Amino acid sequence: MTATAEPLFEGADWDFLTLQRIHDACEEIARSELGLDVYPNQIEVITAEQMLDAYSSVGMPLFYKHWSFGKHFAFHEASYRKGLMGLAYEIVINSSPCISYLMEENTATMQALVIAHAAFGHNHFFKNNYLFKQWTDADGILDYLEFAKTYVAQCEERQGRLAVEQTLDAAHALMSHGIDRYPGKKKLDLRAEEKRAGKRRLHEEAQFNDLWRTTVPTGQAKSDATLNLERRRKLLGLPQENLLYFLEKSAPRLQPWQRELLRIVRHIAQYFYPQSQTKVMNEGTATYVHYRIMNRLHEQGRISDGNFLEFLQSHTNVVFQPDFDDQRFSGFNPYALGFAMMQDIERVVTKPDDEDREWFPEIAGNGDVMGVLRNIWANYRDESFIGQFLSPRLMRQFRMFHLHDDPEERAGVRVDAIHDDRGFRRVRRELAKQYDVGFIDANIEVVDVDLAGDRRLMLRHAVVKGAQLNEADARRVLQHLADLWSYDVSLVEVDAADKVVKEYVLNPRAIAAVA
Amino acid sequence: MAIHIVDRRLNPGSKSLENRQRFLRRAKALVQGAVKKSSQDRDIKDVLEGGEVSIPLDGMNEPRFRREGGTRDMVLPGNKKFIEGDILPRSGESGGGKPKDPGEGDGEDAFRFVLSRDEFVDLFLDDLELPDLAKRKLAEAESEGLRRAGYATSGSPANISVSRTVSRALARRVALRRPRLDTIEKLEAELAECDEARRAELTAELEALKAKARRIPFIDPIDIRYRRFETSPKPVAQAVMFCLMDVSGSMSEHMKDLAKRFYMLLYVFLKRRYRHVEIVFIRHTDRAEEVDEDTFFHGPASGGTLVSSALQAMHDIVRSRFRPSDWNIYAAQASDGDNSISDGEVAGRLLTDMILPVSQFFAYLEVGEAGGYTFDMPDSALWTLYDRLRANGVPLSMRKVSERSEIFPVFHDLFHRRGKQEKTAP
Repeated sequence: MTATAEPLFEGADWDFLTLQRIHDACEEIARSELGLDVYPNQIEVITAEQMLDAYSSVGMPLFYKHWSFGKHFAFHEASYRKGLMGLAYEIVINSSPCISYLMEENTATMQALVIAHAAFGHNHFFKNNYLFKQWTDADGILDYLEFAKTYVAQCEERQGRLAVEQTLDAAHALMSHGIDRYPGKKKLDLRAEEKRAGKRRLHEEAQFNDLWRTTVPTGQAKSDATLNLERRRKLLGLPQENLLYFLEKSAPRLQPWQRELLRIVRHIAQYFYPQSQTKVMNEGTATYVHYRIMNRLHEQGRISDGNFLEFLQSHTNVVFQPDFDDQRFSGFNPYALGFAMMQDIERVVTKPDDEDREWFPEIAGNGDVMGVLRNIWANYRDESFIGQFLSPRLMRQFRMFHLHDDPEERAGVRVDAIHDDRGFRRVRRELAKQYDVGFIDANIEVVDVDLAGDRRLMLRHAVVKGAQLNEADARRVLQHLADLWSYDVSLVEVDAADKVVKEYVLNPRAIAAVA
Repeated sequence: MAIHIVDRRLNPGSKSLENRQRFLRRAKALVQGAVKKSSQDRDIKDVLEGGEVSIPLDGMNEPRFRREGGTRDMVLPGNKKFIEGDILPRSGESGGGKPKDPGEGDGEDAFRFVLSRDEFVDLFLDDLELPDLAKRKLAEAESEGLRRAGYATSGSPANISVSRTVSRALARRVALRRPRLDTIEKLEAELAECDEARRAELTAELEALKAKARRIPFIDPIDIRYRRFETSPKPVAQAVMFCLMDVSGSMSEHMKDLAKRFYMLLYVFLKRRYRHVEIVFIRHTDRAEEVDEDTFFHGPASGGTLVSSALQAMHDIVRSRFRPSDWNIYAAQASDGDNSISDGEVAGRLLTDMILPVSQFFAYLEVGEAGGYTFDMPDSALWTLYDRLRANGVPLSMRKVSERSEIFPVFHDLFHRRGKQEKTAP
């Protein structure tokens, strides 16, 4: 294509018309050339302070009030003021309409980059990736957050701030274990959720929970005997790895509003669950999309050479991957790895060599780059994506190697595999594992409740590769758990051979809210 | 497809303010400790500035289940020369540093953040448990101002509100159907050129209208409204604070520190109330001089003790620089109580005749050695003198202090009492 079109903007200044023009130009390319399918876009221009606000409430535009957000704000603000930290160019929210926040001080080129990146790249990924489809409800999230905010405020009025704060503290501590990892139930419908919340509470308050009748001495002791392990497990839905869900449904002494708070925290954790599993893919997609769109705009003459150089500089910074021994190294840069993999797939699809044909017979030379990519974007998460599409060429390019650090090994850390023929598969498998949520979070389950005795709640941590819980933190979290459960809580850490390596028992504190 | 562009920049800022307040409330004890510590090293005037404080993270942590130790596998980029099977010595860190997030770690790290000036002062005063009553009731400034307060039915003619009066008159005329002037004029014009039969009819009608117009006046006394004014206390927006201190040899560092703390509190207090606060430092031995803060607290001096010299100096400064009608004058005197016997008479006269009439508040703080109990402190020469003056009804506030921890209660006591008196006075 020749440079015929008018440039979208000149220099660094922009106004709202410019944003509109940029958006329209990007949209044309995104739809016709890349075949993207996106939610309607809403672009919001914000200041640095508002960006800091957004940081402290996990990027959401509205959130309930809690001290921890204030703490994060103070922290970010202090480091921003001292210049230790730059702010992101944008934040994008998985909602419909898809909201992208753009910083006011971005130049016009940066705004174009950010619109292509967030409003089209991330947006397409949110709308099409199976994890987001399965676990999040983009239409309902903003209303649900509004509901959560109001509900928490109401609770504070009725129950007092301290009680609400204690409950939320406890719920936050368990947030990473408040997620359903396996689909089974139907997808969350947050709008209906919000409507039902009130009704459900009324209903449950009216119901008598049969499970706890054992505490009332009604003459016969038959319940103890009949509530055998199998029945108990069935009644309580054990084993249960979603601790917040379990507490919400089964903790004996929680007030209805406390259960609702746990539910809110749990829903929000669930909403963010897909994001943590698709960092590399999500950023890779967005970066690939902005790269394609910006290049096309430049070819069309709608972005001047000077502005395009500015774009290239930012882009290069974003996809920079320092080596492991570099001071700046802090793990794989999801932008770098994701973008490199997307480009590599494009190469395999269009110009495969023999190695590619051997490794990726199903896509090599297929020719339909966007078809292949859209399919990948829709149906994979980081772990499966890396496990299947990381090519030997890329492993060589990144010069990846696998270290095995066994504390038993006195001499040091062993290099287990490198980027050679013998190592490719092992390196790829290990890297994929690093992105597997099953390995990232500790595997902790509720296994049993001592219904006949002191109602102790029993948890079990299956220790993988000898990594035990940090004791101080584990105690604090379990303390919160015990407070919610309001009876003793025990946690055993069990190794692969079913041997107990450590045991914790915590008693509940008097929590203000327990009436 | 429709795209919405929203400009959020004008939205009210500080969305996080409430979260921040919650955070500060939760970390109150820790932040207060930090505020206290950082205010110790400051000058009196700087005590009000906000600033960065650092608190330990303990108690503010957000625990999560975290795993550590065990066998680790990692894939890293940037292999230079390793081949499979190499053993690399552990060098402390093989995976590179991880950026620290707030809330992670065991709480040994300090958490630094910036407090605004207001937050700082609030915490500073709060630590001292300054009661709200005292914060508000302190020595009302004396000048009074006028403030518009609606309308009244009585008042001086100068205050007639023309527009209000006219509009009320109009409303009344409309309500009573007073004939309009142009209606009458129209009838008169018609009368001039009509026939006989009609003439009688019109005359009667005109007469009736004119009579009605006479009965209903254009402006009635009941229409008149006056602008109403209320007097309201208008604070004089500036204050001067005199710090008088005995720096003769008998004053120890500890005593000076006590005095400094008291001055600091007074300053913070005045600063909250007045837009502009000046401080004058007068130190004295047997001669008084105005000095800067550093000299005041740290400069060496020796000599006898003549309190009247300081009072005289204060009086001179007031006369030359601070007109009592424009300035609220506060004075705080700190001394160990020594004074030469012969000086008592002069000092007493200066105080009662010159200083107290122009001052809002005069406090005398008698400082003692650490460890001494205030109730055993024998009455000093100065104490006896002031006590006698007070017995004669001179408004003087005086206290004895020997420990740092007593400073605030004394301060509180001084202002609290005065607040009460003012409340009961009218």
